[in-house]
Amino acid sequence: MSSEDLIGLGYVVAAILFILGLKGLGKPRTAVRGNQLGATGMLIAVLVTLADRDIVSFWQLAVGVAIGTGVGVLLALRVEMTSMPQLVALFNGFGGLASVLVGAASFFEAVGRGQDDLQLTIAAALTAFIGAVTFTGSIIAFTKLQESWDGIVVPAAPIVNVALVVVSIVFGALMVSDPDERLWFWLLVGTASVLGVTVTSPIGGADMPVVIALLNSLSGLAASAAGFVLDNALLIIAGALVGASGLILTAIMTKAMNRTLVNVLFSEAPTAGDGVDADSVYAGKVTSTSADEVAMLLDTAERVAIVPGYGLAVAQAQHAVRDLTRVLEENGTEVVFGIHPVAGRMPGHMNVLLAEAEIDYGALIEMDVINPTFDQTDVAIVLGANDVVNPVAREAEGPIAGMPILDVDRARVVVVIKRSLSPGFAGIPNPLFAADNAMMLYGDGKAAVVDITKSLAEL
Amino acid sequence: MDPILALTLFVLAVFLGIELISKVPPTLHTPLMSGSNAISGITLVGALVSAGTEYSTLTTVLAVAAVALATTNVVGGFLVTNRMLAMFRPRAPKKDDGEGGAA
Repeated sequence: MSSEDLIGLGYVVAAILFILGLKGLGKPRTAVRGNQLGATGMLIAVLVTLADRDIVSFWQLAVGVAIGTGVGVLLALRVEMTSMPQLVALFNGFGGLASVLVGAASFFEAVGRGQDDLQLTIAAALTAFIGAVTFTGSIIAFTKLQESWDGIVVPAAPIVNVALVVVSIVFGALMVSDPDERLWFWLLVGTASVLGVTVTSPIGGADMPVVIALLNSLSGLAASAAGFVLDNALLIIAGALVGASGLILTAIMTKAMNRTLVNVLFSEAPTAGDGVDADSVYAGKVTSTSADEVAMLLDTAERVAIVPGYGLAVAQAQHAVRDLTRVLEENGTEVVFGIHPVAGRMPGHMNVLLAEAEIDYGALIEMDVINPTFDQTDVAIVLGANDVVNPVAREAEGPIAGMPILDVDRARVVVVIKRSLSPGFAGIPNPLFAADNAMMLYGDGKAAVVDITKSLAEL
Repeated sequence: MDPILALTLFVLAVFLGIELISKVPPTLHTPLMSGSNAISGITLVGALVSAGTEYSTLTTVLAVAAVALATTNVVGGFLVTNRMLAMFRPRAPKKDDGEGGAA
């Protein structure tokens, strides 16, 4: 068996393991195994690749792998679960940049050997474009999520973006007409890098789940494009699988916000308080409450629904929520969690945070399933969520019109734990806070939950 | 590889990916993303070949950097996914607090 056959067979096994791995990741019971299968596939792919006869020197491979392993292990073991979206964004960016560099190296090599053709050059241009957009887009997403830098202000962003796409196509065409000139390749990378920044910068925090999912898809497509440059079937297949899964998640996220991808990427962020006066919504109608009062309500409740939002993550309140849940359950109260699809900063983020606090995933209920049950819920606790429980979304017009929401206002009593009446990302007042069955418990999410738990224990 | 064959592989894999992912429950969206993200680090395979070929100094430098970046993506991605999934646990059949009671 030649080394090419060995590599080819190894790649088939790796592709099968990737497919089984992704399939496994789709069910809670098989997810751990699925992840291991994927990792095994990767290990096999790497090992058989080392049998490639073109590889003449191994020491620099060892250096690269050692650095990458060190950094990867460090990041993976140290990250806080609240920061998971940033980490995924960062890894996406690394993957995108790696594809650009691989595309560059093998394109230059092919041109130098006189082995380039039209197909290869187009693939190299696509790799450069997708990879560079993924890289800088992910870095901006990272700094935004980290709240260290909010990106640049782009005047007339849609026009700028279209112009940058056109310029990228021009540089791509120049690459095709003149493959020997490396400048065109780098100019294409530069232009696409700027595009990644200008597309991602104007996107607000609430739209981050969509952006992260999309960048995930792009990092896969970049790998796939690099596969066309390298003539490597495994890169094409694995990249396409990831690209497709990212697209599905993007579609789920945009649907959950009742928006389209074009709308998320190219519309201006909604301006605060558009047309609706906060005073007219809240004046004289907001009831505030205390931890003691909430504890008394909870003591007699049979069913409690907790609706967490990103505020829970910011306040690091997940463990306090777990303690409250345990006390209530010992009291015979049924506790469920209503999770909006875009709660948190990436798809499924809230579920991970609650899992970290050892809350059973069976208690985490999807929006469509929990909504019909709010009628039979005694107390709904809204913790750090705002727009996803705003009844204004049911109206025909407005910034969040048509967005599916959690129907907490149908519960007998709604307790909203929040620092103030300030609006959420959509910038509009929330009539829920002024509803007859709603009470505000002002304060830090974690402290408020701890106080309630303490009061409950003293009853 | 024949370009049409390569394109066929790509298209079939996209459809397969859509089939595999479309029924994943929201609970697993984050691990799914970080796990699939690790798989997209498959670029590593290409980077290894480019880096080991030593065609020119430039291509070697570019490719070694790609090896480091892609390895970070792969190792970090699978590891953090494993860490996350280890925290997920099914709804326990109410046997009240084996370990959490002391807390």
